[in-house]
Amino acid sequence: MSAQGVNTDRRRVLVAATSVAGAVGAGFALVPFVASMNPSARARAAGAPVEADISKLEPGALLRVKWRGKPVWVVRRTPQMLEALSSNDPKLVDPTSEVEHQPSYCKNPTRSIKPEYLVAIGICTHLGCSPTYRPEFAPEDLGPDWKGGFHCPCHGSRFDLAARVFKNVPAPTNLWIPKHVYLNDTTILIGEDRGTA
Amino acid sequence: MRKVIIAALLLLAPGLLLASETAHLEDADIDLRDQASLQRGAKYYVNYCQGCHSLQYMRYNRLAKDLGIDMVTLRETLIFGDAKPGDLMTKSMRDEDALKWFGVVPPDLTLVTRWRSPDWVYTYLKSFYMDDTRPYGVNNILFPLVGMPHVLGDLQGKQEAVLEPAHEPGGEPIVEGVKLVEQGSLSPAEYDAMVRDITAFLTYAGEPVQLLRQRLGMYVLLFLGVLFVFAYLLKKEYWKDIH
Amino acid sequence: MSAEKTENLSWIDKRFPLTETWRAHLSEYFAPKNLNFWSFFGSLAILTLVIQIVTGIWLAMNYKPDATLAFGSVEYIMRDVDWGWLIRYMHSTGASAFFIVIYLHMFRALLWGSYRKPRELLWMIGVVIYLAMMATAFFGYLLPWGQMSYWGAQVIVNLFAAVPVVGDDLSVWVRGDYVISDATLNRFFAFHFLLPFVLVGLVFLHIVALHHVGSNNPDGIEIKEGPKGNRWSDKAPADGIPFHPYYTVKDLMGVVVFLALFALVLFFMPTFGGLFLEAPNFQPANPMQTPPHIAPVWYFTPFYAMLRAIPPMWGSQFPGVVVMFAAILIMFALPWLDRSPVKSMRYKGPLFKGALAIFAVSFVALAWLGIQPASDLYTLLSQIFTGLYFAFFILMPIYSSIDKTKPVPERVTS
Repeated sequence: MSAQGVNTDRRRVLVAATSVAGAVGAGFALVPFVASMNPSARARAAGAPVEADISKLEPGALLRVKWRGKPVWVVRRTPQMLEALSSNDPKLVDPTSEVEHQPSYCKNPTRSIKPEYLVAIGICTHLGCSPTYRPEFAPEDLGPDWKGGFHCPCHGSRFDLAARVFKNVPAPTNLWIPKHVYLNDTTILIGEDRGTA
Repeated sequence: MRKVIIAALLLLAPGLLLASETAHLEDADIDLRDQASLQRGAKYYVNYCQGCHSLQYMRYNRLAKDLGIDMVTLRETLIFGDAKPGDLMTKSMRDEDALKWFGVVPPDLTLVTRWRSPDWVYTYLKSFYMDDTRPYGVNNILFPLVGMPHVLGDLQGKQEAVLEPAHEPGGEPIVEGVKLVEQGSLSPAEYDAMVRDITAFLTYAGEPVQLLRQRLGMYVLLFLGVLFVFAYLLKKEYWKDIH
Repeated sequence: MSAEKTENLSWIDKRFPLTETWRAHLSEYFAPKNLNFWSFFGSLAILTLVIQIVTGIWLAMNYKPDATLAFGSVEYIMRDVDWGWLIRYMHSTGASAFFIVIYLHMFRALLWGSYRKPRELLWMIGVVIYLAMMATAFFGYLLPWGQMSYWGAQVIVNLFAAVPVVGDDLSVWVRGDYVISDATLNRFFAFHFLLPFVLVGLVFLHIVALHHVGSNNPDGIEIKEGPKGNRWSDKAPADGIPFHPYYTVKDLMGVVVFLALFALVLFFMPTFGGLFLEAPNFQPANPMQTPPHIAPVWYFTPFYAMLRAIPPMWGSQFPGVVVMFAAILIMFALPWLDRSPVKSMRYKGPLFKGALAIFAVSFVALAWLGIQPASDLYTLLSQIFTGLYFAFFILMPIYSSIDKTKPVPERVTS
């Protein structure tokens, strides 16, 4: 098709160079459009770490804190509750928290920094409902083996008081433990750990 | 025909709109790259202005990041009350109170340098003069009958209006300028520097992205320059076919 | 081409005329070989339309068409949304760029006589595109809900109130309220979102018509009527060359230059001295206080100047409104007003050339006058230039037929 005496190599090189440069430019031009769909400064500010005041939290009680629009639980576990935790181990999917759903400093039997306080994101790992807090031992509906925990009303998933999931329920994994840090004895900062990991 | 095009392009040149502005404005001579100036301006702003004027689209943490202020300094020197670093810089005064005290709600200043101009803000802050007929004892030549008291009055000192006789007999004398009659706690040069810092900060706040925008623009133009070379060579190469 | 590729292509071609379309509109669409830089503006207009639609959709992701939130949501885009400022500046700069490109594109049509037979419909579709663009821009200008947005819309909508008998009801109907309000903003947003897609449809028709009659050129010579046969085809016009690759690579060059100018404005002077983004629009709309000086955005000002040039008659502003709309509608008649035996300005005589120069100067002068505050001198000047603007059209049958034209060559010149 092209005329005689045409330097086809030169054409090929120039077409390639222009196409590559154009594609690079188009790629860069795409960045703002993709990046603008990330959370905005407002969303990030709203998702900033929140402080939880636990000075008035009684043993056995649960405190709900909103972080990034999600419920975060702080449970002050009683000595009986803590003692009962290990007895759940055989019935759990992941008793030793191998799946990384917690910061490394919470990969321990109580899944917490201080054994007394459990901090967990109250969103079921199945389909995102918020499980109900059921601290009582052996209630009628949950059976004699129940030693306190969380029961998801949507599809019946069960978690113990270390937010670990039981076998044979829809939820596949333990609940998430958010990053957190004790600012002092009565204040927990949720969402940030200041590199204490 | 060329001339027509050139004339058309010239007409689109910027600045024509501003030609009709009449007031004489002093050159604010700000430098957005001078972070120390911007930091001082931010400090003056939260101390002297933010009681009444909000920066309702500006976030504290954005300011800290852009002006090179660390979080601890931010909390200690710029954030008053229980505001969080991610919050917008709202004012402490309620609108109802403002109406009662000043007769108007003090405007938000986030964009003041964009709809006025930096020079306007700079000149305005230097143009208060004593006027007993006004509720707060001051008036402003740039903004006659302004409702705002001279917040920086103790620093600047007292200024008097320079009057020019009325053009028509029996008319009111015309305020032509101001002159300092009693120096405040700052020297005139110090006061100018302070007002310049505030203006610089407000100009930054009007468009926080300004410096980044220009820096990025250089890269974009450089890239397009390279692309043009390729496109030009490509066109020339193909058009060798056409006689 | 590999065998597999050919096979895939033929699979598609049996179901969709891909190769056929490619050939008909690109690789075997024969455009005159003598097109100069004026021909860039067609492809640039498509580019700006695409930029406006893409950035517009992205802005709509964060914009709130609500009188209490609109202004704040624009600042939210400018500050809190990552890269939001760039997208917004692209859109605001793009609006002005679109009009600059279109005005140059239209001026090109005047230079080359591209409105003449057989391109009358092509031209008329173009004028419809121009009208749709103006409507889109008008609706869009209200959305930032600044002082200029508000009062600009107020003035323009009140033009409808000048229509005899039904005027007041009409302007209330347009606004959906007794003043420009939340209801107005919401419907303007809906139209501003819709119209660009209507524009896409109109552009499609414009190109269909163009490719049916063939591209004009600086000589105004119909290459289809000239000798046949070139290097690519025996049946193609001898002075035609395939659009692809010759004009694709040439237009690409034009695109890069355009983008550089676009970037220059966007990154270094996004407000363009108050012409592209007007200073009063950085103040939220305040129905209680008009800014000291209001004017429409620059691309509307020629028509605004004409409106102001016409004094109220019979106690009504209506004549001014009629003149303003007539200034655009008269463009539809252009193909039949030009009686010159030649198409291109190259072969037209001094009368036509002078008339076009006066017309161009008048248009630019009116644009400038439309920005200025009203004064007696400016009103007089506006009246003179409005007269000259219309004289270009109305007197065209006369001066175009008595004009001394130059002989048109058989073949295009290079």
